[in-house]
Amino acid sequence: MAEIQSPIDKLKEKFPASIQEVKTFRGEVTVTVSKKDIYEISKFLYSDPDLQFQFLTDLCGVDFFSEVPRFEVVYLLYSMKNNLRLRLKAKVAEGESISSVESIWKAANWLEREVYDLFGISFENHPDLRRILLWDGYEGYPMRKDYPVEGPDFDKPFVPEV
Amino acid sequence: MTINMGPQHPATHGVLRLVLELDGEIVAKATPHIGHLHRGVEKLGESKTYHQFIPLTDRLDYTNAMGNNLAYVLAVEKLLDIEVPKRAQYLRVMMAELQRIAAHLIWLGTHVLDLGATTPIFYTFREREDILGIFDDVAGGRLTPTYMRIGGVSKDLPNGIEEKIKAFVQAFPEHMKEYETLLTENVIWLKRTKEVGIISRQDVINWGVTGPTLRGSGVKWDVRKAFPYSSYDEFDFDIPIGSVGDAYDRYVVRLREMEWSNSIVKQALEKLPKGPVIAEDPRVPLPSKEAVMTDIASLIRHFKVVSEGFYPPKGEVYASVESAKGELGFYIISDGSNHPFRVRIRPPSFLNLSALPKMIEGSLIADVVTTIGSIDIVLGEIDR
Repeated sequence: MAEIQSPIDKLKEKFPASIQEVKTFRGEVTVTVSKKDIYEISKFLYSDPDLQFQFLTDLCGVDFFSEVPRFEVVYLLYSMKNNLRLRLKAKVAEGESISSVESIWKAANWLEREVYDLFGISFENHPDLRRILLWDGYEGYPMRKDYPVEGPDFDKPFVPEV
Repeated sequence: MTINMGPQHPATHGVLRLVLELDGEIVAKATPHIGHLHRGVEKLGESKTYHQFIPLTDRLDYTNAMGNNLAYVLAVEKLLDIEVPKRAQYLRVMMAELQRIAAHLIWLGTHVLDLGATTPIFYTFREREDILGIFDDVAGGRLTPTYMRIGGVSKDLPNGIEEKIKAFVQAFPEHMKEYETLLTENVIWLKRTKEVGIISRQDVINWGVTGPTLRGSGVKWDVRKAFPYSSYDEFDFDIPIGSVGDAYDRYVVRLREMEWSNSIVKQALEKLPKGPVIAEDPRVPLPSKEAVMTDIASLIRHFKVVSEGFYPPKGEVYASVESAKGELGFYIISDGSNHPFRVRIRPPSFLNLSALPKMIEGSLIADVVTTIGSIDIVLGEIDR
């Protein structure tokens, strides 16, 4: 456990105000941080010589419908140097945006576009924030919990205009 | 000039659309457009029980169904904290490695076909057919076997299959020589793949690329070694790496990987322990057919597991495997109910493809096909 404490301790030391919650479940460490510092924290974790979280394994959104703030953006970081994973989370309210980490990890480029596409969370300073899986002009954000699995118009037959 | 390549183009391996802005024959800018195969698998997962999601995972990367099954069940097992019997772990390793060989064989055949060599695909599909035959006998399905279960595998090996696998393992090194004779020192092949689609060590890491594409650029990293799952730490194998990071290096890495996979299958067959193939847990696995037919309590339990599923504790887990394409991970959030609150699939091909513009911008348009082939994408997994 001593190993996985060190990034947490470093974060607590460096950003005491923005660490909201630290949880460990089945050996996986999750840190919830405040949204406004996500860029600075990411940059620190990426460039700190002891930590070197240079690999962004995954970035995804989660919708906790009816909770406030509604969304979470989840970052799964990996350090090849220490063979260590760390999960970062930031809560985002509906209609709010969060800083892009694309300039730190290029991997975030498409992953953030996917979150934007399916959840409608926008990312500040993203170079190319467009829908990725769905087409331009699609209405709604399908991964939100209030979006029906069958689609919003499953009971309306599609009749093309003649 | 702007050229639209795909989505219905044989060399884009599925429905990938590329918009290429050309300066003469040089690609100035490449913009991939994906999503033509989007089926909303992550959304569907939220309305299904944990068992019901397994068949959907076969259909992500449909060349690597066993690996997809494995990644998902590992995540659920981690969530439930259940121990899988040794025999089931070894069977999982054996199937996942056979599947890796089959996936790499499809890649080899089609990639080489894209570049104009018609012969190798007939060789590679011959061996792939043997593997699919083995899957048919073991699991009852060829392309989408759905063999893994939460807590183990669906059934033990049928009679006589071990000889079949042994015969395949023995014959395969000879077949590898056949492919290598056709390609490895073939001048046309070298000219088409050497120094093509180069991506540096720093870039692969920064773009989140995994799998043979990562290793082709000289990064010695593999989920099987970094986070050993399903008893991989008990097998003897090495991680082949390249040095330049071009299409040829990725070709060599995959060939060496097939050899190691073959060796792992052999080791698993030799060391295969005896015992049950699914965990003893009253909540999760289905009771055996015999018990259902003879025992009322098992019948009731069977009904409950099928209709209602089980209730894992609240929490979130991430588990990943080294699929044929790279790190395939499942991130599951449970709210304590009988279906997942969120199933996130970390698709390796998605991130590998996102680095494609980096590899092809500034190169010749003829090399675009080589590069797409060499990173080995499957759109079923990218679009989900």
